[in-house]
Amino acid sequence: MMKLKRNIAISENGFLFNPETGDSFLLNPIATEIVNFLREGNDVADVKQLLFDRYEVDVVTLEKNIEDFLEMLQHHELLDR
Amino acid sequence: MKKLDYERPIINKVNAGMPDKFGMGTRVPIISHIEELAIKDIMAQYGSPLYVISESCIRKTYRQAQRAFASRYPRVQFAWSYKTNYLNAVCKIFHSEGAWAEVVSGFEYSKAIENGISGDQIIFNGPEKSKEDLERAINDGAMIHLDSLDEFYFLGELAHKLNKTAKVALRINLDAGIYPQWDRFGFNLENGEAWHVLNRVMIHDSMELLGLHTHMGTYITAVSAYAIAAKKMADLAIRLFRKFNHSVKYLDLGGGFASKNTLKGAYLPGSDTCPSFDDYAEVITSALLASELPPDRLPLLILESGRALVDDAGFMLGSVLANKRLVDGRRATVIDIGVNMLFTSFWYEHDVLPTQMKSDQTENTTIYGPLCMNIDVIREAVQFPLLQRGDAVVIPRIGAYNMTQWMQFIKLRPPVLLIDEDRNLHLIRKKETYEQFNNMEDVPEHLKT
Repeated sequence: MMKLKRNIAISENGFLFNPETGDSFLLNPIATEIVNFLREGNDVADVKQLLFDRYEVDVVTLEKNIEDFLEMLQHHELLDR
Repeated sequence: MKKLDYERPIINKVNAGMPDKFGMGTRVPIISHIEELAIKDIMAQYGSPLYVISESCIRKTYRQAQRAFASRYPRVQFAWSYKTNYLNAVCKIFHSEGAWAEVVSGFEYSKAIENGISGDQIIFNGPEKSKEDLERAINDGAMIHLDSLDEFYFLGELAHKLNKTAKVALRINLDAGIYPQWDRFGFNLENGEAWHVLNRVMIHDSMELLGLHTHMGTYITAVSAYAIAAKKMADLAIRLFRKFNHSVKYLDLGGGFASKNTLKGAYLPGSDTCPSFDDYAEVITSALLASELPPDRLPLLILESGRALVDDAGFMLGSVLANKRLVDGRRATVIDIGVNMLFTSFWYEHDVLPTQMKSDQTENTTIYGPLCMNIDVIREAVQFPLLQRGDAVVIPRIGAYNMTQWMQFIKLRPPVLLIDEDRNLHLIRKKETYEQFNNMEDVPEHLKT
Protein backbone atom coordinates (compact mmCIF):
# COMPACT_ATOMS: atom_id res chain seq x y z
CA MET A 1 0.00 0.00 0.00
CA MET A 2 1.40 3.34 -1.10
CA LYS A 3 0.78 5.86 1.70
CA LEU A 4 1.50 9.52 1.79
CA LYS A 5 3.23 10.74 4.94
CA ARG A 6 0.53 11.85 7.32
CA ASN A 7 1.56 15.38 8.06
CA ILE A 8 1.93 16.46 4.43
CA ALA A 9 -0.17 19.53 3.64
CA ILE A 10 -1.45 20.36 0.17
CA SER A 11 -3.44 23.36 -0.99
CA GLU A 12 -6.19 23.43 -3.61
CA ASN A 13 -3.89 24.90 -6.23
CA GLY A 14 -1.15 22.33 -5.81
CA PHE A 15 1.23 23.81 -3.26
CA LEU A 16 2.57 20.96 -1.12
CA PHE A 17 4.46 21.38 2.15
CA ASN A 18 6.42 18.78 4.10
CA PRO A 19 6.78 20.07 7.69
CA GLU A 20 9.33 17.34 8.51
CA THR A 21 11.92 18.73 6.14
CA GLY A 22 10.59 22.21 5.42
CA ASP A 23 10.54 21.41 1.70
CA SER A 24 7.77 22.77 -0.48
CA PHE A 25 6.66 21.67 -3.93
CA LEU A 26 4.44 22.74 -6.81
CA LEU A 27 2.16 20.17 -8.42
CA ASN A 28 0.11 20.42 -11.59
CA PRO A 29 -3.68 19.83 -11.27
CA ILE A 30 -3.62 16.11 -12.09
CA ALA A 31 -0.76 15.51 -9.66
CA THR A 32 -2.73 17.39 -7.00
CA GLU A 33 -5.66 15.07 -7.67
CA ILE A 34 -3.46 12.00 -7.26
CA VAL A 35 -2.09 13.22 -3.95
CA ASN A 36 -5.61 13.95 -2.73
CA PHE A 37 -6.83 10.51 -3.83
CA LEU A 38 -3.94 8.91 -1.93
CA ARG A 39 -4.69 11.02 1.16
CA GLU A 40 -8.27 9.81 1.05
CA GLY A 41 -6.94 6.26 1.36
CA ASN A 42 -7.34 5.09 -2.24
CA ASP A 43 -4.77 2.55 -3.37
CA VAL A 44 -2.83 2.99 -6.61
CA ALA A 45 -5.14 0.76 -8.68
CA ASP A 46 -8.12 2.87 -7.59
CA VAL A 47 -6.29 6.07 -8.45
CA LYS A 48 -5.49 4.77 -11.93
CA GLN A 49 -9.11 3.85 -12.52
CA LEU A 50 -10.39 7.19 -11.22
CA LEU A 51 -8.04 9.08 -13.56
CA PHE A 52 -8.70 6.81 -16.50
CA ASP A 53 -12.42 7.50 -16.14
CA ARG A 54 -11.89 11.26 -16.03
CA TYR A 55 -9.10 11.91 -18.57
CA GLU A 56 -8.57 11.42 -22.28
CA VAL A 57 -5.59 9.06 -22.05
CA ASP A 58 -4.61 5.49 -22.92
CA VAL A 59 -3.88 2.97 -20.16
CA VAL A 60 -0.20 2.49 -20.98
CA THR A 61 0.60 6.20 -20.93
CA LEU A 62 -1.36 6.66 -17.71
CA GLU A 63 0.35 3.73 -16.00
CA LYS A 64 3.89 4.77 -16.89
CA ASN A 65 3.20 8.39 -15.90
CA ILE A 66 1.70 7.40 -12.54
CA GLU A 67 4.59 5.02 -11.82
CA ASP A 68 7.00 7.83 -12.61
CA PHE A 69 5.09 10.27 -10.41
CA LEU A 70 5.05 7.86 -7.48
CA GLU A 71 8.80 7.39 -7.88
CA MET A 72 9.17 11.14 -7.66
CA LEU A 73 7.08 11.24 -4.47
CA GLN A 74 9.41 8.57 -3.10
CA HIS A 75 12.45 10.48 -4.35
CA HIS A 76 11.29 13.57 -2.46
CA GLU A 77 10.62 11.41 0.65
CA LEU A 78 6.92 12.10 0.72
CA LEU A 79 5.81 8.46 0.99
CA ASP A 80 5.68 5.96 3.85
CA ARG A 81 6.81 2.70 2.32
CA MET B 1 -19.50 12.91 -20.77
CA LYS B 2 -16.44 14.25 -22.58
CA LYS B 3 -13.21 13.38 -20.83
CA LEU B 4 -10.74 16.03 -19.73
CA ASP B 5 -7.50 16.82 -21.60
CA TYR B 6 -4.66 14.84 -20.10
CA GLU B 7 -1.17 15.90 -19.11
CA ARG B 8 1.20 13.82 -17.05
CA PRO B 9 1.42 14.48 -13.31
CA ILE B 10 4.49 16.40 -12.15
CA ILE B 11 5.95 17.58 -8.87
CA ASN B 12 8.55 20.36 -8.85
CA LYS B 13 10.49 21.20 -5.74
CA VAL B 14 10.42 24.90 -4.86
CA ASN B 15 13.97 26.16 -4.63
CA ALA B 16 14.23 29.53 -2.97
CA GLY B 17 17.33 30.80 -4.70
CA MET B 18 18.48 34.17 -5.87
CA PRO B 19 15.66 36.09 -7.51
CA ASP B 20 16.00 36.64 -11.22
CA LYS B 21 16.76 40.34 -11.37
CA PHE B 22 16.11 40.42 -15.10
CA GLY B 23 12.57 39.14 -14.67
CA MET B 24 12.84 36.83 -17.65
CA GLY B 25 9.68 35.12 -18.78
CA THR B 26 9.27 31.51 -17.83
CA ARG B 27 6.61 30.70 -20.39
CA VAL B 28 7.80 28.40 -23.12
CA PRO B 29 6.83 29.80 -26.52
CA ILE B 30 5.19 27.59 -29.14
CA ILE B 31 6.03 27.37 -32.83
CA SER B 32 3.17 25.64 -34.63
CA HIS B 33 3.73 27.14 -38.10
CA ILE B 34 6.69 28.18 -40.21
CA GLU B 35 5.80 30.87 -42.76
CA GLU B 36 2.12 29.97 -42.26
CA LEU B 37 2.65 26.27 -43.05
CA ALA B 38 1.58 23.95 -40.23
CA ILE B 39 4.51 21.99 -38.86
CA LYS B 40 2.34 18.93 -38.33
CA ASP B 41 1.47 18.92 -42.06
CA ILE B 42 5.13 19.28 -43.07
CA MET B 43 6.13 16.40 -40.78
CA ALA B 44 3.23 14.24 -41.95
CA GLN B 45 4.56 14.57 -45.48
CA TYR B 46 8.34 14.38 -44.91
CA GLY B 47 8.76 12.56 -41.60
CA SER B 48 11.07 13.38 -38.73
CA PRO B 49 13.67 14.76 -38.27
CA LEU B 50 14.11 17.35 -41.01
CA TYR B 51 15.44 20.82 -41.76
CA VAL B 52 13.26 23.66 -43.00
CA ILE B 53 14.59 26.91 -44.47
CA SER B 54 12.56 30.06 -45.03
CA GLU B 55 13.39 31.92 -48.23
CA SER B 56 11.47 35.01 -47.07
CA CYS B 57 13.52 35.15 -43.90
CA ILE B 58 16.82 34.93 -45.80
CA ARG B 59 15.78 37.73 -48.16
CA LYS B 60 14.44 39.91 -45.36
CA THR B 61 17.61 39.50 -43.28
CA TYR B 62 19.88 40.11 -46.27
CA ARG B 63 18.03 43.30 -47.17
CA GLN B 64 18.26 44.55 -43.60
CA ALA B 65 22.02 44.01 -43.61
CA GLN B 66 22.46 45.54 -47.06
CA ARG B 67 20.38 48.58 -46.10
CA ALA B 68 22.28 49.05 -42.83
CA PHE B 69 25.59 49.38 -44.68
CA ALA B 70 24.49 50.91 -47.99
CA SER B 71 22.66 53.73 -46.24
CA ARG B 72 25.90 54.74 -44.52
CA TYR B 73 28.64 54.07 -47.08
CA PRO B 74 28.44 54.52 -50.84
CA ARG B 75 30.04 51.28 -52.01
CA VAL B 76 29.06 48.05 -50.26
CA GLN B 77 29.21 44.45 -51.42
CA PHE B 78 28.25 41.30 -49.52
CA ALA B 79 29.91 38.00 -50.39
CA TRP B 80 28.01 34.92 -49.26
CA SER B 81 30.12 32.77 -46.95
CA TYR B 82 29.68 29.34 -48.53
CA LYS B 83 30.88 27.34 -45.54
CA THR B 84 28.01 28.70 -43.45
CA ASN B 85 25.44 27.02 -45.69
CA TYR B 86 26.36 25.84 -49.17
CA LEU B 87 23.12 24.24 -50.19
CA ASN B 88 22.74 25.44 -53.78
CA ALA B 89 19.21 26.76 -53.25
CA VAL B 90 20.38 28.85 -50.29
CA CYS B 91 23.42 30.21 -52.18
CA LYS B 92 21.24 31.08 -55.16
CA ILE B 93 18.88 33.08 -52.97
CA PHE B 94 21.82 35.15 -51.70
CA HIS B 95 23.23 35.53 -55.22
CA SER B 96 19.84 36.65 -56.53
CA GLU B 97 19.92 39.37 -53.86
CA GLY B 98 23.28 40.50 -55.24
CA ALA B 99 25.78 38.69 -53.03
CA TRP B 100 29.09 37.50 -54.44
CA ALA B 101 30.61 34.23 -53.24
CA GLU B 102 33.23 33.77 -50.55
CA VAL B 103 34.72 30.27 -50.75
CA VAL B 104 37.45 28.44 -48.87
CA SER B 105 38.08 25.30 -50.93
CA GLY B 106 38.07 24.00 -54.48
CA PHE B 107 34.84 22.20 -53.66
CA GLU B 108 33.10 25.43 -52.64
CA TYR B 109 34.63 27.22 -55.63
CA SER B 110 33.05 24.66 -57.96
CA LYS B 111 29.72 25.15 -56.24
CA ALA B 112 29.92 28.93 -56.70
CA ILE B 113 30.66 28.54 -60.43
CA GLU B 114 27.78 26.04 -60.75
CA ASN B 115 25.56 28.54 -58.99
CA GLY B 116 26.24 31.03 -61.76
CA ILE B 117 28.84 33.24 -60.12
CA SER B 118 31.60 34.48 -62.41
CA GLY B 119 35.21 34.11 -61.30
CA ASP B 120 35.69 37.83 -60.77
CA GLN B 121 32.93 37.73 -58.12
CA ILE B 122 34.51 34.90 -56.16
CA ILE B 123 36.63 35.62 -53.12
CA PHE B 124 38.93 32.66 -52.57
CA ASN B 125 39.95 32.51 -48.92
CA GLY B 126 41.45 29.83 -46.75
CA PRO B 127 44.75 28.16 -45.92
CA GLU B 128 44.41 25.35 -48.47
CA LYS B 129 44.32 26.10 -52.17
CA SER B 130 45.68 23.35 -54.42
CA LYS B 131 47.65 23.91 -57.62
CA GLU B 132 44.53 23.16 -59.67
CA ASP B 133 42.44 25.47 -57.50
CA LEU B 134 44.88 28.34 -57.90
CA GLU B 135 45.29 27.84 -61.64
CA ARG B 136 41.54 27.93 -62.05
CA ALA B 137 41.28 31.03 -59.87
CA ILE B 138 44.06 32.81 -61.83
CA ASN B 139 42.39 31.98 -65.13
CA ASP B 140 38.96 33.06 -63.87
CA GLY B 141 40.28 36.31 -62.42
CA ALA B 142 39.03 35.39 -58.94
CA MET B 143 40.13 37.37 -55.90
CA ILE B 144 42.75 35.17 -54.27
CA HIS B 145 43.29 36.05 -50.63
CA LEU B 146 46.82 35.12 -49.63
CA ASP B 147 47.12 33.30 -46.34
CA SER B 148 50.85 32.55 -46.05
CA LEU B 149 54.23 33.37 -47.57
CA ASP B 150 54.39 29.84 -48.95
CA GLU B 151 51.16 30.50 -50.79
CA PHE B 152 52.50 33.84 -52.06
CA TYR B 153 55.54 32.18 -53.64
CA PHE B 154 53.54 29.25 -54.97
CA LEU B 155 50.92 31.51 -56.56
CA GLY B 156 53.64 33.75 -58.02
CA GLU B 157 55.26 30.80 -59.77
CA LEU B 158 51.96 29.50 -61.11
CA ALA B 159 50.88 32.90 -62.46
CA HIS B 160 54.29 33.39 -64.05
CA LYS B 161 54.09 29.99 -65.77
CA LEU B 162 50.58 30.73 -67.02
CA ASN B 163 51.80 34.15 -68.16
CA LYS B 164 48.86 35.73 -66.33
CA THR B 165 48.38 38.25 -63.56
CA ALA B 166 46.86 36.85 -60.39
CA LYS B 167 44.35 39.13 -58.67
CA VAL B 168 45.21 39.02 -55.00
CA ALA B 169 44.32 40.47 -51.64
CA LEU B 170 46.14 40.03 -48.37
CA ARG B 171 44.48 38.34 -45.43
CA ILE B 172 45.55 40.33 -42.40
CA ASN B 173 45.22 39.50 -38.73
CA LEU B 174 45.30 42.34 -36.26
CA ASP B 175 44.75 43.31 -32.65
CA ALA B 176 41.30 44.87 -32.35
CA GLY B 177 41.15 44.53 -28.60
CA ILE B 178 39.23 41.28 -28.47
CA TYR B 179 40.15 37.86 -27.19
CA PRO B 180 41.04 35.44 -28.67
CA GLN B 181 43.07 37.26 -31.30
CA TRP B 182 42.98 35.06 -34.36
CA ASP B 183 46.56 35.01 -35.64
CA ARG B 184 46.56 31.75 -37.53
CA PHE B 185 45.13 33.19 -40.72
CA GLY B 186 47.03 35.58 -42.95
CA PHE B 187 49.73 38.03 -41.93
CA ASN B 188 50.03 40.04 -38.75
CA LEU B 189 49.66 43.78 -38.97
CA GLU B 190 51.25 44.96 -35.75
CA ASN B 191 54.55 43.08 -36.08
CA GLY B 192 55.11 44.39 -39.62
CA GLU B 193 54.64 41.06 -41.39
CA ALA B 194 51.67 42.29 -43.42
CA TRP B 195 53.53 45.39 -44.63
CA HIS B 196 56.54 43.30 -45.51
CA VAL B 197 54.46 40.97 -47.69
CA LEU B 198 52.48 43.83 -49.21
CA ASN B 199 55.75 45.32 -50.44
CA ARG B 200 56.58 42.03 -52.12
CA VAL B 201 53.15 41.73 -53.69
CA MET B 202 53.36 45.29 -55.04
CA ILE B 203 56.60 44.64 -56.91
CA HIS B 204 55.61 41.17 -58.14
CA ASP B 205 55.29 41.02 -61.93
CA SER B 206 52.51 38.43 -61.91
CA MET B 207 50.30 39.81 -59.15
CA GLU B 208 47.90 42.69 -58.87
CA LEU B 209 46.86 43.77 -55.39
CA LEU B 210 43.11 44.35 -55.40
CA GLY B 211 42.31 44.53 -51.73
CA LEU B 212 43.00 44.06 -48.05
CA HIS B 213 41.09 41.58 -45.96
CA THR B 214 40.67 40.85 -42.28
CA HIS B 215 38.34 38.55 -40.40
CA MET B 216 38.81 38.90 -36.66
CA GLY B 217 36.81 36.00 -35.34
CA THR B 218 33.33 34.68 -34.93
CA TYR B 219 30.25 35.70 -32.94
CA ILE B 220 31.83 39.07 -32.09
CA THR B 221 29.42 41.06 -29.93
CA ALA B 222 31.84 43.95 -29.28
CA VAL B 223 31.16 46.31 -32.17
CA SER B 224 34.06 48.52 -31.03
CA ALA B 225 36.43 45.85 -32.35
CA TYR B 226 35.16 46.54 -35.87
CA ALA B 227 35.85 50.25 -35.48
CA ILE B 228 39.46 49.48 -34.56
CA ALA B 229 39.85 46.97 -37.38
CA ALA B 230 38.31 49.29 -39.97
CA LYS B 231 40.61 52.14 -38.92
CA LYS B 232 43.70 49.95 -39.05
CA MET B 233 42.75 48.64 -42.48
CA ALA B 234 42.07 52.14 -43.78
CA ASP B 235 45.44 53.32 -42.43
CA LEU B 236 47.17 50.45 -44.19
CA ALA B 237 45.44 51.30 -47.46
CA ILE B 238 46.57 54.93 -47.11
CA ARG B 239 50.14 53.84 -46.41
CA LEU B 240 50.08 51.78 -49.60
CA PHE B 241 48.77 54.75 -51.55
CA ARG B 242 51.49 57.02 -50.20
CA LYS B 243 54.31 54.63 -51.04
CA PHE B 244 53.10 53.07 -54.28
CA ASN B 245 50.42 55.51 -55.47
CA HIS B 246 48.19 52.44 -55.55
CA SER B 247 44.56 52.55 -54.44
CA VAL B 248 43.18 49.23 -53.30
CA LYS B 249 39.86 48.43 -54.93
CA TYR B 250 38.34 46.99 -51.79
CA LEU B 251 38.59 46.58 -48.05
CA ASP B 252 37.10 43.28 -46.90
CA LEU B 253 36.14 43.42 -43.22
CA GLY B 254 35.12 39.76 -43.17
CA GLY B 255 32.23 38.59 -41.06
CA GLY B 256 31.88 37.44 -37.49
CA PHE B 257 28.63 39.27 -36.79
CA ALA B 258 26.73 37.49 -34.00
CA SER B 259 23.40 35.79 -34.55
CA LYS B 260 20.62 35.84 -31.98
CA ASN B 261 21.48 32.41 -30.64
CA THR B 262 22.63 32.21 -27.03
CA LEU B 263 26.20 31.03 -26.49
CA LYS B 264 26.74 28.37 -23.83
CA GLY B 265 27.58 30.03 -20.54
CA ALA B 266 26.08 33.39 -21.55
CA TYR B 267 24.20 35.17 -18.78
CA LEU B 268 21.59 36.76 -21.01
CA PRO B 269 19.89 35.42 -24.12
CA GLY B 270 21.53 36.23 -27.46
CA SER B 271 18.33 37.86 -28.68
CA ASP B 272 18.89 40.56 -26.01
CA THR B 273 22.64 41.00 -26.37
CA CYS B 274 23.35 40.54 -30.07
CA PRO B 275 24.16 43.85 -31.85
CA SER B 276 22.05 44.77 -34.87
CA PHE B 277 23.35 45.19 -38.41
CA ASP B 278 22.97 48.93 -37.86
CA ASP B 279 25.27 48.75 -34.82
CA TYR B 280 27.99 46.99 -36.83
CA ALA B 281 27.44 49.21 -39.88
CA GLU B 282 27.61 52.41 -37.87
CA VAL B 283 31.06 51.74 -36.39
CA ILE B 284 32.61 50.26 -39.53
CA THR B 285 31.42 52.93 -41.93
CA SER B 286 32.12 55.75 -39.45
CA ALA B 287 35.70 54.55 -39.06
CA LEU B 288 36.21 54.37 -42.82
CA LEU B 289 34.63 57.75 -43.52
CA ALA B 290 36.60 59.39 -40.72
CA SER B 291 39.89 57.99 -42.03
CA GLU B 292 42.30 59.72 -44.44
CA LEU B 293 40.94 57.67 -47.36
CA PRO B 294 40.31 60.16 -50.19
CA PRO B 295 36.52 60.56 -50.65
CA ASP B 296 36.76 60.26 -54.44
CA ARG B 297 38.60 56.96 -54.18
CA LEU B 298 36.77 55.18 -51.38
CA PRO B 299 37.37 51.46 -51.67
CA LEU B 300 34.50 49.00 -52.01
CA LEU B 301 33.53 47.70 -48.58
CA ILE B 302 33.13 43.92 -48.72
CA LEU B 303 31.42 41.95 -45.95
CA GLU B 304 31.42 38.19 -45.62
CA SER B 305 28.81 37.76 -42.95
CA GLY B 306 27.38 34.22 -42.84
CA ARG B 307 25.90 33.28 -39.50
CA ALA B 308 23.98 36.54 -38.94
CA LEU B 309 22.41 36.33 -42.40
CA VAL B 310 21.11 32.77 -42.36
CA ASP B 311 20.77 31.51 -38.78
CA ASP B 312 17.22 32.78 -38.27
CA ALA B 313 16.02 31.25 -41.53
CA GLY B 314 16.69 27.64 -40.46
CA PHE B 315 14.45 25.38 -38.37
CA MET B 316 14.94 21.81 -37.29
CA LEU B 317 11.84 19.69 -36.78
CA GLY B 318 11.91 16.50 -34.73
CA SER B 319 9.95 14.29 -32.35
CA VAL B 320 10.11 13.05 -28.79
CA LEU B 321 11.36 9.44 -28.65
CA ALA B 322 11.17 8.82 -24.91
CA ASN B 323 10.84 10.37 -21.48
CA LYS B 324 13.07 9.05 -18.73
CA ARG B 325 13.95 9.79 -15.14
CA LEU B 326 17.59 10.27 -14.16
CA VAL B 327 18.84 9.00 -10.80
CA ASP B 328 18.85 12.46 -9.25
CA GLY B 329 15.17 12.86 -10.09
CA ARG B 330 15.69 15.06 -13.14
CA ARG B 331 13.55 14.46 -16.18
CA ALA B 332 15.31 13.39 -19.37
CA THR B 333 13.67 13.65 -22.77
CA VAL B 334 15.18 11.90 -25.78
CA ILE B 335 14.46 13.48 -29.16
CA ASP B 336 15.37 12.29 -32.65
CA ILE B 337 17.61 15.34 -33.29
CA GLY B 338 21.21 14.63 -32.29
CA VAL B 339 24.53 16.50 -32.32
CA ASN B 340 25.34 14.72 -35.60
CA MET B 341 22.77 16.91 -37.36
CA LEU B 342 22.81 19.86 -34.94
CA PHE B 343 26.51 20.59 -34.64
CA THR B 344 25.86 24.06 -33.24
CA SER B 345 24.43 22.55 -30.06
CA PHE B 346 28.10 22.30 -28.99
CA TRP B 347 28.19 26.14 -28.95
CA TYR B 348 24.64 27.29 -28.38
CA GLU B 349 21.87 26.85 -25.87
CA HIS B 350 19.34 26.17 -28.60
CA ASP B 351 15.69 26.69 -27.88
CA VAL B 352 13.79 23.41 -28.09
CA LEU B 353 10.13 24.34 -28.41
CA PRO B 354 6.83 22.48 -28.61
CA THR B 355 4.46 22.84 -31.56
CA GLN B 356 1.40 22.80 -29.30
CA MET B 357 0.85 22.99 -25.59
CA LYS B 358 -1.95 21.90 -23.31
CA SER B 359 -0.78 23.80 -20.23
CA ASP B 360 2.00 26.04 -18.98
CA GLN B 361 3.44 23.28 -16.77
CA THR B 362 7.14 22.55 -17.22
CA GLU B 363 9.76 20.36 -15.64
CA ASN B 364 13.51 20.82 -15.38
CA THR B 365 14.64 18.56 -18.20
CA THR B 366 17.80 17.37 -19.90
CA ILE B 367 17.27 16.95 -23.62
CA TYR B 368 19.27 14.18 -25.25
CA GLY B 369 19.68 13.28 -28.89
CA PRO B 370 19.11 9.76 -30.24
CA LEU B 371 22.75 8.70 -30.56
CA CYS B 372 24.22 5.96 -28.40
CA MET B 373 26.97 8.36 -27.33
CA ASN B 374 27.28 10.25 -24.07
CA ILE B 375 28.15 13.51 -25.83
CA ASP B 376 24.77 13.63 -27.54
CA VAL B 377 23.18 16.33 -25.38
CA ILE B 378 21.07 19.08 -26.94
CA ARG B 379 20.28 20.93 -23.68
CA GLU B 380 21.79 20.21 -20.25
CA ALA B 381 18.96 21.74 -18.26
CA VAL B 382 15.91 23.53 -19.52
CA GLN B 383 12.37 24.15 -18.29
CA PHE B 384 10.56 21.94 -20.74
CA PRO B 385 6.82 21.30 -21.24
CA LEU B 386 5.31 17.88 -20.57
CA LEU B 387 5.61 16.32 -23.98
CA GLN B 388 4.89 12.65 -24.64
CA ARG B 389 6.46 10.19 -27.06
CA GLY B 390 5.66 11.19 -30.65
CA ASP B 391 5.06 14.88 -29.89
CA ALA B 392 6.80 17.27 -32.27
CA VAL B 393 9.55 19.72 -31.29
CA VAL B 394 11.04 22.67 -33.19
CA ILE B 395 14.54 24.08 -32.85
CA PRO B 396 14.67 27.55 -34.42
CA ARG B 397 17.78 29.51 -35.54
CA ILE B 398 19.80 26.65 -36.95
CA GLY B 399 20.41 27.94 -40.48
CA ALA B 400 24.13 28.54 -40.02
CA TYR B 401 26.76 25.78 -40.07
CA ASN B 402 24.45 22.83 -39.35
CA MET B 403 23.85 21.99 -43.00
CA THR B 404 27.60 22.01 -43.68
CA GLN B 405 29.15 20.64 -40.50
CA TRP B 406 26.62 17.82 -40.18
CA MET B 407 28.09 14.38 -39.70
CA GLN B 408 27.14 11.05 -41.20
CA PHE B 409 27.54 9.48 -37.79
CA ILE B 410 25.37 6.52 -36.73
CA LYS B 411 22.51 7.88 -38.81
CA LEU B 412 22.10 9.33 -42.29
CA ARG B 413 21.47 13.01 -42.82
CA PRO B 414 17.84 14.14 -42.90
CA PRO B 415 16.20 15.95 -45.82
CA VAL B 416 16.16 19.74 -46.20
CA LEU B 417 13.06 21.65 -47.27
CA LEU B 418 12.71 25.22 -48.47
CA ILE B 419 9.56 27.31 -48.07
CA ASP B 420 9.54 29.82 -50.90
CA GLU B 421 8.04 33.30 -50.80
CA ASP B 422 4.68 31.99 -52.03
CA ARG B 423 4.59 29.44 -49.18
CA ASN B 424 5.35 26.49 -51.48
CA LEU B 425 7.39 23.66 -50.02
CA HIS B 426 10.42 22.36 -51.97
CA LEU B 427 12.68 19.43 -51.19
CA ILE B 428 16.13 21.00 -51.75
CA ARG B 429 18.22 18.12 -50.41
CA LYS B 430 17.01 14.55 -50.35
CA LYS B 431 17.30 12.32 -47.34
CA GLU B 432 20.52 10.33 -47.67
CA THR B 433 20.24 6.65 -48.43
CA TYR B 434 22.04 3.57 -47.21
CA GLU B 435 23.00 2.71 -50.79
CA GLN B 436 24.74 6.06 -51.36
CA PHE B 437 27.09 5.48 -48.48
CA ASN B 438 27.71 1.83 -49.05
CA ASN B 439 28.48 2.40 -52.73
CA MET B 440 31.55 4.44 -51.77
CA GLU B 441 33.10 1.48 -49.96
CA ASP B 442 34.98 -1.49 -51.32
CA VAL B 443 35.88 -4.71 -49.52
CA PRO B 444 39.21 -6.38 -50.47
CA GLU B 445 38.87 -9.72 -52.28
CA HIS B 446 40.10 -11.83 -49.32
CA LEU B 447 37.39 -10.43 -47.05
CA LYS B 448 34.53 -10.94 -49.43
CA THR B 449 33.60 -14.49 -48.47
